[in-house]
Amino acid sequence: MNAGVSLTSREEIEVHRFSWPVSIGIPIAAIFLQVFLRIRFFTVLDLPLLVTIFFAVARRRPIPGMITGALIGTLQDAWTGHPIGLFGIAKTIVGYLGSSLGVKLDVDNPGSRFLMTFAFVLIHRVIYMAISLQLVGGSEAWSWGHTMLSALVNGLAAVVLFALLDKLKLRN
Amino acid sequence: MENFFVRYKNPLALMAVLFIQVVALATQVKRPENARSGNTGSGTRLIRVWTVTAFTPVEKMFVSTGHFFRDGWHNYADLRGVRKQNRELLDEVARLQMEQVRLKQDAEQARRLQALLEFKERFISRTVAAQVIGTSGTEQSRVVVIDKGSHDGIRQDMAVITPDGIVGKVKEVFPLSSQVLLINDHDSGAGVILERSRLQGILKGTSQGELQVTDIMSDEKIEAGDHVITSGGDRIYPKGFSVGTVINATADRDNDPFLVIKIKPAADLRRLEEVMVVTKMAEETPAVAAGPAPMRAADILAQRLPSVPKQDTNAPKSPVGSTTGATATGATAAATPAAKPSPTPVKINPTTGTGTEQKPGNTSNATGPAKQPAGGAGMATANPVPAKKTGVEDKKPASSGQTGPVSAGAAGAPTPTPTPKPTPRKPRPPTAAPGSAPPGASQPKASDLPGTVSPEATPTPTPEKPPR
Repeated sequence: MNAGVSLTSREEIEVHRFSWPVSIGIPIAAIFLQVFLRIRFFTVLDLPLLVTIFFAVARRRPIPGMITGALIGTLQDAWTGHPIGLFGIAKTIVGYLGSSLGVKLDVDNPGSRFLMTFAFVLIHRVIYMAISLQLVGGSEAWSWGHTMLSALVNGLAAVVLFALLDKLKLRN
Repeated sequence: MENFFVRYKNPLALMAVLFIQVVALATQVKRPENARSGNTGSGTRLIRVWTVTAFTPVEKMFVSTGHFFRDGWHNYADLRGVRKQNRELLDEVARLQMEQVRLKQDAEQARRLQALLEFKERFISRTVAAQVIGTSGTEQSRVVVIDKGSHDGIRQDMAVITPDGIVGKVKEVFPLSSQVLLINDHDSGAGVILERSRLQGILKGTSQGELQVTDIMSDEKIEAGDHVITSGGDRIYPKGFSVGTVINATADRDNDPFLVIKIKPAADLRRLEEVMVVTKMAEETPAVAAGPAPMRAADILAQRLPSVPKQDTNAPKSPVGSTTGATATGATAAATPAAKPSPTPVKINPTTGTGTEQKPGNTSNATGPAKQPAGGAGMATANPVPAKKTGVEDKKPASSGQTGPVSAGAAGAPTPTPTPKPTPRKPRPPTAAPGSAPPGASQPKASDLPGTVSPEATPTPTPEKPPR
């Protein structure tokens, strides 16, 4: 017997679908904006991460969620000077967790979206730092202030961005 | 067993994907011996190449479109003040010409010393201008993408600079674009010198994107505002390029007897738009300039001062401006035993009108005086000024009868040059060029004045340098 606790009603566990152009175009657009807009604000904001979380949560299927995260993260890695895989691994895990969480929680509420994104940004950062320091031998320093600011900014941005991306969901 | 895979399908898939990525990551992490050879995984390099090459045309298009509109507006807006700006720039050119002469003396002296010591000199011989079209998009990696790649001759580890200072080095090269690792990335490093104290250190970036110099002992005196330049020891950045200025110096907690010196970068690394990639560095022993003797700033200043021409009744009449510097030299050579020193060889930039230093032996385009033998003993030099046209000269009326300033157009162009005559002139205080020569030096002797022929040969100018 499945004794899993779900905080969502049966109606809320709806698996959303997206058209192919949206599924491909939105992640690419997010990466493009991230590397093209040379604004300091955009280095705090992580658009590819937000898109990863959105698709993972909306689809509510772990495997597509983590593959989406892996692809987005790998493409993002290509623009950095780091070995490819740092963002890939971090976003794979976030994609998996996001799609698993989407089944359990009501993630269409702005408040829950903010908290969820806030938490995922922290998780993403922790995973990134762990890989960078332990596997790659990086020398980056953890900054609580910067990390919390990034989580806050991304959480607020997620509320707005997810509301816009909701319009791209395919309705049956 | 089958039930196990079905039940834990998702976690197993996650582990499989993570395993693949970790293995791929491991292939890229280089051992120290491989790191020197620059080996990178070919598979991951393909991912970078494909990704960056796919995005680059779109980025270029956006950048070009943005620049088109921005430049169009700026061109219109700039027209309003262009006349005033032109006047200011001409004055600036005149001032810089004076300063150039002084610096040239120092450079010549340095070259002589270097030649004596058989120093090898490295200098930039070719650069490629590039536009910044993107960044890494994260604060964990301070990388910018430029729109020039291997098709334009860009190679790995080439230095990237701006007129303000160094920017970084080329990290990855793609066919149409390249990634540049900025100097404030925490993986970056460069050899630097504190200009005042000549202390050598290592420039490193931090994870916060700051610049710091390490490996300088804590008993050294470092002051805020000290200028930091490249040492050239890393064989990437050319020596003597500006890096930044010292903000402060604190003790290095991790490395006790040493300091950590925070640096403010000379180039604005957050607003990079156009950069130059140093594609070729030449190395040679500096040659000592043989022919032309150096000129003092006071001499140049004296050329610019207006003077009252005194007609020599014995001299044959010739229309002013009808002879070139070369012909005047030849015509008066026999008549005048004394000579002024030849001017320093100068190449004229036809677009800007500013002179740039030219190597000896490469002065075929220079005007007459550049070809004269050293000292010019036995020959009168009719054109003792570096053949340049300046704003100061432009402002003076051509018909005023003053023979002081001798101007020339572009290099090699026929230059109206007055026949040298003993021309007394009233020296004036050098108000036109602040900082170029001290008041004492600005009162030129009669023999220093242009157009003045001393009865005694003076092949070299007074050795004293004007104080800075």
